Amino acid sequence: MASIKMRAKASDGVTTIKALISHVMETGTRKDKKTGKKIPAHFIQEVVCEHKGNKIMVANWGPAISKNPYLSFKFSGGASGDTVKLSWVDNKGEKDSKEATIK
Amino acid sequence: MKKILTAILALGLLSTFTLTAQATPQDDLDKFRSYFKKRFPNTPFKDFINGVYSIDAASREQWEEIEEFPPYELNIEKGKDLFAKPFANGKTYASCFTNNGDGIADRYPFFDAKSGKVITLEASINACREANGEKPLKWKKGAMADISAYMHYTSRGNIISVKISDDPRAMAIYNKGKAHFYAKRGQLNMSCADCHVYNSGNKIRADLLSPALGHTSGFPVYRSKWGGLGTLHRRYGGCNKQVRSKPFKAQSPEYTALQYFHTSMSNGLEINGPSARK
Amino acid sequence: MTSMKRRIFLKGSLATGAIGVAASAGLLTPRASLAAWSKDAFEAKDVNSALSGLFGSSDLTGSDKIKIKAPDIAENGAVVPVSVTTSIGGAESISIIAEKNASPLTANFILGPGTEGYVSTRIKMGKTSSVIAVVKAGGKLYSTGKEVKVTIGGCGG
Repeated sequence: MASIKMRAKASDGVTTIKALISHVMETGTRKDKKTGKKIPAHFIQEVVCEHKGNKIMVANWGPAISKNPYLSFKFSGGASGDTVKLSWVDNKGEKDSKEATIK
Repeated sequence: MKKILTAILALGLLSTFTLTAQATPQDDLDKFRSYFKKRFPNTPFKDFINGVYSIDAASREQWEEIEEFPPYELNIEKGKDLFAKPFANGKTYASCFTNNGDGIADRYPFFDAKSGKVITLEASINACREANGEKPLKWKKGAMADISAYMHYTSRGNIISVKISDDPRAMAIYNKGKAHFYAKRGQLNMSCADCHVYNSGNKIRADLLSPALGHTSGFPVYRSKWGGLGTLHRRYGGCNKQVRSKPFKAQSPEYTALQYFHTSMSNGLEINGPSARK
Repeated sequence: MTSMKRRIFLKGSLATGAIGVAASAGLLTPRASLAAWSKDAFEAKDVNSALSGLFGSSDLTGSDKIKIKAPDIAENGAVVPVSVTTSIGGAESISIIAEKNASPLTANFILGPGTEGYVSTRIKMGKTSSVIAVVKAGGKLYSTGKEVKVTIGGCGG
């Protein structure tokens, strides 16, 4: 699906992950201007980041996370050349994931 | 009187009269620059490409946070893929543009003597499509904005160099655009200049008004309000609506003329599109 | 789940062991089950219900070891950059709450053992309100708040 852009950089033993995800993050409270009907909620509920089989971060999101969401966090124990994997699942069960190499 | 006028027309001097009666584009540009230099003395010329972020520290900080990983990066990637994808006939966009379309946005819009029209980058994109048997894209957002974003991205850092040809047809378009910029319109009876020249740096409700100098450099723009990317003509339409004036169509002669004038006023500044704005 | 814990606490009807277990867990939802997306928490209409839905408790202890970076005046309520940094040791999770949003809980970040007490994201805010960061550590909930103004723009907003 190619919805995830991710950067992973290691410095002094700490890896910083920055990710930008393409997703509408629809709250479910907006109305379609033309039909007057509510646009159904469609938002990422869970984001997981894994490194060497460990879940280094699990994020639970509500629809109040901005459209095309951004996320950044840091962890120790990663090194340049390692792979990190970011995955997401939304309230409709749609998902995507991406791997990146730590620089 | 009529006889004299006819004589002058016959001698083709009338256009000269009109030109000397009005300022030249270079005069306009000089005046534009010195106005904003005086109004915002602490802003280096180069910085005007960042709009309100060049004149307000608090919003600049938020903008810099977003620039950490701006949402338009997703559009640039989409645009890159769209640009590279061949048409049904096997050709690509690159075949329609100088230098394969890489780093050329700084020359747009330009006056095409053959057609007598001013050509915008978006118009070129659709012209390329139609020349290759493809349906044209919608002008304001979506694929058109993504491709424009990619092409502007490859032109980042290039100096905006809109040429106002002294061909009278080009001058007519330039003057039409200039007139639009300074004309009051809509229920609110405001011109582009009212907000972006005379009240630039002032607030309209809680919004800070951006200076018109450097205005077009960052397009297409990802606006938080739109939750997406839009072209310059999308914004023109929005601004017209905001003063409760009926908007013109994107890529209409009115907006094309406006863009010709508007962009030329940013000549000498770097392209920094696509950009993020509120 | 929340009501079951409350019954154990109030009634004390089960063997002391049950209360002991509840007490040592600090009555807070363990990290493992925090991982499941909680409808109760995310659809709660007020801060206390959101916290209870998420942690089984809404007892917050103010802490100056949590720093929120967010604008004083949001440029656009649809995209408000928020970063939370905490120096509280053993931080298990960081939650971001927009007090006056229709559903205040915006996100909960569960941190792995080697993950730092830092998260950054962008949230939607419906109106001027406090942005509250809650850090769960050592069986307690620590928090701090910062007011972010959300205005009606003249042109763009």
